Amino acid sequence: MACAVQDAQLMYSAIMATRALRKMMTGFGQVLAGRKSYSSEARVITLIPGDGIGPEISAAVQQIFKAAEVPIEWESVDVTPVKGPDGKFGIPSKAVESMNKNCVGLKGPLATPIGKGHMSLNLALRKEFDLYANVRPCKSIEGYKTPYEDVDIVTIRENTEGEYSGIEHTIVEGVVQSIKLITEPASRRVAEFAFEYARLNNRNTVTAVHKANIMRMSDGLFLRCCREVAEKYRGIKFNEMYLDTVCLQMVQDPTEYDVLVMPNLYGDILSDLCAGLVGGLGVTPSGNIGAGGVAIFESVHGTAPDIAGQDKANPTALLLSAVMMLRHMQFNDYADRIEKAAMDVVKDPDYRTADLGGKCTCTQFTNEICRRVQLND
Amino acid sequence: MASAFQAACRIVVKVPENGWANIARHFSASTTLSQLAASEPISKSASNRKVTMIPGDGVGPELMSCVREVFKHSGVPVEFEQVFVSEVHSHSAPISEIFDSFKRNNVGLKGHIESPFHDKGELQTLNMKIRKGLDLFANVVKCRSIPGLNTKHNNLDFVVIREQTEGEYSSLEHESVTGVVECLKIITRTKSRRIAKFAFDYATKHGRSKVTAVHKANIMKLSDGLFLRSCQEISELYPKIQFESMIIDNCCMQLVSNPHQFDVMVMPNLYGSIVDNVAGGLVGGAGVVPGESYSSQFAIFEPGARHTFSQAVGRNVANPTAMLLCASNMLRHINLEFYANVIQTAVERVIKTGKVRTRDMGGYATASEFTRAIINNIRL
Repeated sequence: MACAVQDAQLMYSAIMATRALRKMMTGFGQVLAGRKSYSSEARVITLIPGDGIGPEISAAVQQIFKAAEVPIEWESVDVTPVKGPDGKFGIPSKAVESMNKNCVGLKGPLATPIGKGHMSLNLALRKEFDLYANVRPCKSIEGYKTPYEDVDIVTIRENTEGEYSGIEHTIVEGVVQSIKLITEPASRRVAEFAFEYARLNNRNTVTAVHKANIMRMSDGLFLRCCREVAEKYRGIKFNEMYLDTVCLQMVQDPTEYDVLVMPNLYGDILSDLCAGLVGGLGVTPSGNIGAGGVAIFESVHGTAPDIAGQDKANPTALLLSAVMMLRHMQFNDYADRIEKAAMDVVKDPDYRTADLGGKCTCTQFTNEICRRVQLND
Repeated sequence: MASAFQAACRIVVKVPENGWANIARHFSASTTLSQLAASEPISKSASNRKVTMIPGDGVGPELMSCVREVFKHSGVPVEFEQVFVSEVHSHSAPISEIFDSFKRNNVGLKGHIESPFHDKGELQTLNMKIRKGLDLFANVVKCRSIPGLNTKHNNLDFVVIREQTEGEYSSLEHESVTGVVECLKIITRTKSRRIAKFAFDYATKHGRSKVTAVHKANIMKLSDGLFLRSCQEISELYPKIQFESMIIDNCCMQLVSNPHQFDVMVMPNLYGSIVDNVAGGLVGGAGVVPGESYSSQFAIFEPGARHTFSQAVGRNVANPTAMLLCASNMLRHINLEFYANVIQTAVERVIKTGKVRTRDMGGYATASEFTRAIINNIRL
């Protein structure tokens, strides 16, 4: 009997391995190229648990991954800034090495201490790994009611330049100039990522959101890059829309949008707006794609220091980000299985955490997902 | 009517010893007078009040003909002075004609002018030139749910105030080297304080209790920081009005999930465009939200969400509600309160009854059927 079970398990893992291998061979696009190939042992993932509720929800994700027997190993790193040889505070070199080695990371919320003399950690990570694209899938969650239904939008935001270039100066007292920087390489890179993402995830349409009628040169350049890249992807429909039109229609009927690609500020605003459509940052995952195949997946909500350590946190956003990570690594079967279990539990009114108006603890919530993951095996 | 006026006169006659200034104050405070203003004028002026009309592109001219028709049937003593300007049509009047016309009339009704995308030639759009030429620094969009028109969120009532002469719309752009473009956003203390003061004055005048400044000062520390600081400084002069600030991305998320928390919002140019459209979408779309732009001297009334809706030209589907409400607000601005109310009531009645509605409001009527229904509901 025991032997048979073992055999079955062996068979299963063998099937999964070949499946993963096959996907790897066929599915790898240009964007994912440059990533190290799989070896027979488990992939290692860098884990940045984060502050506040971060450690709790990270533990929950690890527990669920273990229950689903995902063939990955976690390497936990601390990113508390340390003083480097140049006297500036920065991310510890151990964390940087780990990310460079593993290429894929999962990150909980990080607190940005105000006025402590170092830049926000999120910004530091973005700079260090050249995380140029931010991806946020916003999908309506069954059982979590908002005025909007059947939302299924992916926002892709250029993350390194644009309005958030950080180039500002006071010309004379009371007159400030802030520079929005748009460059061809950065625009092309994010456009290429958007189309590649659409192709890999079976999406039909990519819409470039811009304001080129007002900012004729800068947004014009961004738009031209999108148009040029679109030429190469004939199978995917390409649309152009003004930012104000998208805003107007998004709140009336968000179902007509698919993948949106845009410069930094518009992306920042629209990704949060879309998150608002499906229930807020507590249920929206996010991924940051960097140069050379580096990718960090994260929950974008706050650290919630008021409930930290009380077992009240909702791990959904981080778990969905981890699911996104699995898809990025082409572990689609595991991703589907975990996502289904998570969605089933979120739908169940008995397992609502405090933020969704329930009384369920983080542990109960996690255990229930683990149980369902194993049931669905 | 005549007796009411006599009553008002009697009150004035009773207090001659207070001097003319007091009389005037007393007069304006007396309820009788405001009732008078809201009722049909006793005597009509010999000539009609002249108002500039800029039809704009797309469905603008169609909407303007709806307004003309409704005005004609209501007997509104207003005469339009039409100036057609466009960036996409060849037979456009020079922009100086608009400025001349406004110098004569001070007030105008405007449709949106199409700004085509081209990256050669002039950077400034025609809309921007008009705003800068007339110094129309403040744009006000009133987002109010229309009774009977069901949307995702109901019973909304808030005001979006937008600075529209500087910020991201400064049209200062250049290509430093090939493939690297810089676009300048300009924020000045003078203009930030001016719009902040406008917002607080607006809140005071209209009995609103809270002003929210929308910004991104956590990232754009200098520029949006200056805007936010200016708002804070002005807010101290208005202790009765609550002041708070909100980051633009959070603001948009709040707008779609909990829009009832907002009252008066004030923000720089680009955020204003975003919030105007999000808010417009919340209460029923571009076809129903009125807006207005002010300088210290001029006022232009134009739809709150500015779109030309060119794909609907000639199809008789464009919703005239926003433009009619703009026209009604304009009449109120030039002290034709009675006609303003007549038109607003007629529009609201038709929408509330729900029998005749345009497509965007979930009905099947054409724009002209809808206009006819409004005319039939005009009660003079």
